[in-house]
Amino acid sequence: MTRKTFTLFDPTLAVPAIAESFRKLNPAVQWRNPVMFVVYIGSILTTILWVQALGGQGEAPTGFILAVALWLWFTVLFANFAEALAEGRSKAQAASLRGLKKETWAKKLYEPHINAKWQMIPATDLRKGDVILVAAQEFIPADGEVIEGVASVDESAITGESAPVIRESGGDFSSVTGGTRVLSDWIIARVTVNPGETFVDRMIAMVENAKRQKTPNEIALTILLVALTIVFLAVTVTLLPYSLFSVDVAQSGTPVSITVLIALLVCLIPTTIAGLLSAIGVAGMSRMMQANVIATSGRAVEAAGDVDVLLLDKTGTITLGNRQASTFLPADGITEAELADAAQLASLADETPEGRSIVVLAKQRFKLRERDIHALDAHFVHFTAQTRMSGVNLGERQIRKGAAEAIKAFVEAEGGHFPKSVSGKVDDVARRGSTPLVVAESAGGKVRVLGVIELKDIVKGGIKERFAELRQMGIKTVMVTGDNRVTAAAIAAEAGVDDFLAEATPEAKLKLIRQYQTEGRLVAMTGDGTNDAPALAQADVAVAMNTGTQAAKEAGNMVDLDSNPTKLIEVVETGKQMLMTRGSLTTFSIANDIAKYFAIIPAAFVSTYPQLSALNVMGLASPSSAILSAVIFNALIIVFLIPLALKGVKYRPLGAATLLRQNLAVYGLGGIVAPFLGIKLIDVLIAAAGLA
Amino acid sequence: MTTHAWTLLGLFLAILLVTVKPMGLYLAKVMAGDYGFVRKTESPLYRLCGVQADEEMVWLKYAFAILLFNALGVLAVYALQRLQAWLPLNPQGMANVSPDSAFNTAISFVSNTNWQGYGGESTMSYLTQMLALTVQNFLSAATGIVVVIALIRGFARHTAATVGNAWVDLTRVTLYVLLPISIVYAVFLVGQGSIQNLDAYKEVTTLEVTKYDAPKLDADGQPVKDEKGAVVNEPAETATQTLAMGPVASQEAIKMLGTNGGGFFNANSAHPYENPTPLSNFIQMLSIFLIPGALCFTFGRMVGDTRQGWAVLAVMTVMFAGLAIAAMYFEQQANPLLTQLGVDPTFGNMEGKETRFGIADSGLFATITTAASCGAVIAMHDSFMPLGGLVPLVDMQLGEVVFGGVGSGLYGMLVFAILAVFISGLMIGRTPEYLGKKIETYEMKMTSIAILVTPLLVLVGTAVAVITGDGRAGIANPGAHGFSEILYAFSSAANNNGSAFAGLSANTPFYNTMLGIAMWFGRFGVIVPVLAMAGSLAAKKRLAVTEGTLPTHGPLFVVLLIGVVLLVGLLNYVPALALGPVIEQLMLFATY
Repeated sequence: MTRKTFTLFDPTLAVPAIAESFRKLNPAVQWRNPVMFVVYIGSILTTILWVQALGGQGEAPTGFILAVALWLWFTVLFANFAEALAEGRSKAQAASLRGLKKETWAKKLYEPHINAKWQMIPATDLRKGDVILVAAQEFIPADGEVIEGVASVDESAITGESAPVIRESGGDFSSVTGGTRVLSDWIIARVTVNPGETFVDRMIAMVENAKRQKTPNEIALTILLVALTIVFLAVTVTLLPYSLFSVDVAQSGTPVSITVLIALLVCLIPTTIAGLLSAIGVAGMSRMMQANVIATSGRAVEAAGDVDVLLLDKTGTITLGNRQASTFLPADGITEAELADAAQLASLADETPEGRSIVVLAKQRFKLRERDIHALDAHFVHFTAQTRMSGVNLGERQIRKGAAEAIKAFVEAEGGHFPKSVSGKVDDVARRGSTPLVVAESAGGKVRVLGVIELKDIVKGGIKERFAELRQMGIKTVMVTGDNRVTAAAIAAEAGVDDFLAEATPEAKLKLIRQYQTEGRLVAMTGDGTNDAPALAQADVAVAMNTGTQAAKEAGNMVDLDSNPTKLIEVVETGKQMLMTRGSLTTFSIANDIAKYFAIIPAAFVSTYPQLSALNVMGLASPSSAILSAVIFNALIIVFLIPLALKGVKYRPLGAATLLRQNLAVYGLGGIVAPFLGIKLIDVLIAAAGLA
Repeated sequence: MTTHAWTLLGLFLAILLVTVKPMGLYLAKVMAGDYGFVRKTESPLYRLCGVQADEEMVWLKYAFAILLFNALGVLAVYALQRLQAWLPLNPQGMANVSPDSAFNTAISFVSNTNWQGYGGESTMSYLTQMLALTVQNFLSAATGIVVVIALIRGFARHTAATVGNAWVDLTRVTLYVLLPISIVYAVFLVGQGSIQNLDAYKEVTTLEVTKYDAPKLDADGQPVKDEKGAVVNEPAETATQTLAMGPVASQEAIKMLGTNGGGFFNANSAHPYENPTPLSNFIQMLSIFLIPGALCFTFGRMVGDTRQGWAVLAVMTVMFAGLAIAAMYFEQQANPLLTQLGVDPTFGNMEGKETRFGIADSGLFATITTAASCGAVIAMHDSFMPLGGLVPLVDMQLGEVVFGGVGSGLYGMLVFAILAVFISGLMIGRTPEYLGKKIETYEMKMTSIAILVTPLLVLVGTAVAVITGDGRAGIANPGAHGFSEILYAFSSAANNNGSAFAGLSANTPFYNTMLGIAMWFGRFGVIVPVLAMAGSLAAKKRLAVTEGTLPTHGPLFVVLLIGVVLLVGLLNYVPALALGPVIEQLMLFATY
């Protein structure tokens, strides 16, 4: 399934959003945004003034009051539209998920084994703890944990990834998601959530919840915006007495009208940011969802922007999942070809990626073809946890490959000895961050070590540059691996991470996180296994892989549906973008006030003090056109900035000071200059149309 | 700007900046009790007063102590004024002060405003001057300093519950900083020619007979009025003059050092006994900025990064220099009205200035005294050119943060810094932090209150004054200037400056009450949220500094902070300023 992507003002979204903008005129909705509520009240007041003016008792020309009133209503509607559009986009995303929530039936088992009796019940009747059977081509009715069986599952509906994944009982691949489809075989799963709590439910709730929880920074910003609104309210309210006094002492002109004061108030209060604030929040969540990450709260997304330490698992994140054979290092007296030959024989039946890579390397280096196993009368010895070796027996001839320790034990048990030079090579390989695999052969009572195969960890392409970017953002990267210190250090150096944790145990991970936190750092990590759960719970931002266990998913505050550990970096960027968009628009909004003062103050008082026209630096045509232009600019700028609010201010991985300098130049200086140009332009148009 | 003006400003800033580090270091060490003599001297005092010096206070208790201490101060100053006629040290037999004036003066001196609705030499007994006013000069200055010290501790500490002990802090500031400097300073002023006595006023014969117009009095001693209701004047002459005496030097020293500004005499520092020589004038200017400047270093040292302190000082210095240059420039301009009458325009605007000091000194002094919340004057701000008068007005309306009052200037500036960090933190995509402390909802609430209080008091106070009869009655000058006078009065009171546009007759029940309220809330409406913030910051963890942390010590931050102070501090006053000094200037120069 592919996610539908929308252009910004896609009619399928814009049209319902327009309708929604009017529905949002409900005072109960407006009240939630105190700044816009002030505009709302202003719109009502000017409308009343207009009605009064129609009755012949206007404080200003009827047409002027009407124009101001209309544009104030537009200001409110534009803000509503921005919010509705952002919500609409999220809902559209959710709707495509809702398709998954069609009525499905579940085979509820009476006992948790394949031959037990089952009953067909609606999926909505399933409760946590129920055991279900899902056969090939059936939809999995609810989130659960596989307790028996292995199956390939199509999870594309959730992840967008078309390749089927394997789900099996035990281990870290036991979790299944409701709405996905079993392609082959069967599984028995225990349901882990009650109806209404599944991922899909959570995802839909997150975007549809009208009472979206405000994030901490959003609340702090709202407080600031309300404070500014209160001050500007005082500024405009007190202007009336000031004006009355001025008219008295100058004995000329008329006091400023209520309409003009309301216009001034609306222009001064930070409507631009207030009108777009919730749209920014909704859009942030929506961007996360586009990246296939479910956050349990906006708070978690925001916290991601603050992270300064990233714990990254080596395997899968920093290196490709599998190590690959890169070099044959023969022991003294053995040629490289001999070693390659033996290594290839020992690996022929080894289906692990490492084993395959040895065969491939032998073929590349010495053109050794894969030999017919049956013709050789070979008997393969598979890897076991006890022997920690694998190999092949060709009649008398035994070839073994394995870790140095294991091979040493094997050689010594056969009466041979493990040469020093080979030990040296083993150490060299380990120091390079690779894994040494030693090959030995026992034939005719003679046992000898043939040499070492270097299995190399392949660091992902581009990852080093990514880490350099992170470093510039002030984020420290820490590689977590089960490897020994020497190996870990070498890979850490190659990948360019700042630090590493070698021989990592779940306890060591937890301890490391706590240590960073006491140093005053915010830690993010990804995890999938059950043993990651404590560390995930401790981390400030914890992204659980969707393929991970239920325990891991519950401990984290985000779930990555693609199970791509590199995603953490995107999550951090999205978090930052949300904050940056808010900050930049706030600066822009406040900086706008300078130009608006220059437009409105001369216009409002020029009848009392004609000399004030010297402050009309924009040369606006007339007082009413000046005031109207400022109000119109104030309304239109919301519409102009909707794309920015939805897409977010572009984040570039730069140092804090550079980033601030750039954003200050664009949104601070831009915020000062733009309204001068905008208001002048609108004024010219109004004057040209002969409207005011 | 004359060469003299540039030299004066340059010399002033150079000497000031030299004093910052040693004085700041001393303050930091005294407040921490690092000197051996500190503990030895003060412990008997604590035993006497039953103060548990080792017990620190949570912010609420600290704030309560400060409020209680200052409320008691108000009562004491009020009582001394109301009873002075029956108390000793009253050689001139001054009457008890009226209730509204006493109320106003009590709050004025306790809140470090030192707005004076009265004339010192014609109202206050020596006992009141010394025991009420001078004592409060010390204690109100100490209050400002300890509050900023508590706030700095909030930044410097982490995961701590307390912000210090208010009684210990007040004792240390007074005993080791304010008192010793004031003693030396007072002796210096006496050396320059200030007086210090408890004598009755002296009647002296003047060198020449002074001719003047006096109101004609009828048999009952009431002024005679003509049919239009105007007072009728008649020519009069005198060959004698009364010279007011008193313990001037001792009050003068702390008046400047503690950014109080309440003069012993009505003419304030323009009076030869308060400010006898150009040298004393220069030292007076320096002493206003001495502690506010030094506290920036104290701040940097206490938070463990002196660069932070220098950055804040840089913001203050740059803004101050700009404002001072503006004031001196505008005062050097001639008033076109006078030029028209044949006055040489190169003299500049000498109206209302003490000839001993001239334009450059007066302009600089006016900027210093209003940038710091001192309020002492050597020239009449009312007589400045409209835009020259705008500078002191703006100084105050910025919230008294350009150096500002002792302590209060820095805590005001730090509130702005928190705001700047909040906005810029968002702009770089991080939860804002300042000095390793996250700025969250609670801090924004307190910052908002601290930033809201004074503009509301100024704007609403001015509005009430211009529409009520009682308010309009005090205006001496017609037109826009009358508006400026009222705006100035409320800006001065709510920002705890205390200087006045002299044209306003403010010693009326209306203004005494309104301005008293403005002074009290302008002071403690900021102190309480600042202390609340100190408590909440102290409790926070300190975050580690990384590449992603916004540096708050570089030029970028300095520029940003200046921008925020100007934008947030001034946008509220633009319409009011437009209807006051700006239109005055436009009208003055448009006509001629």
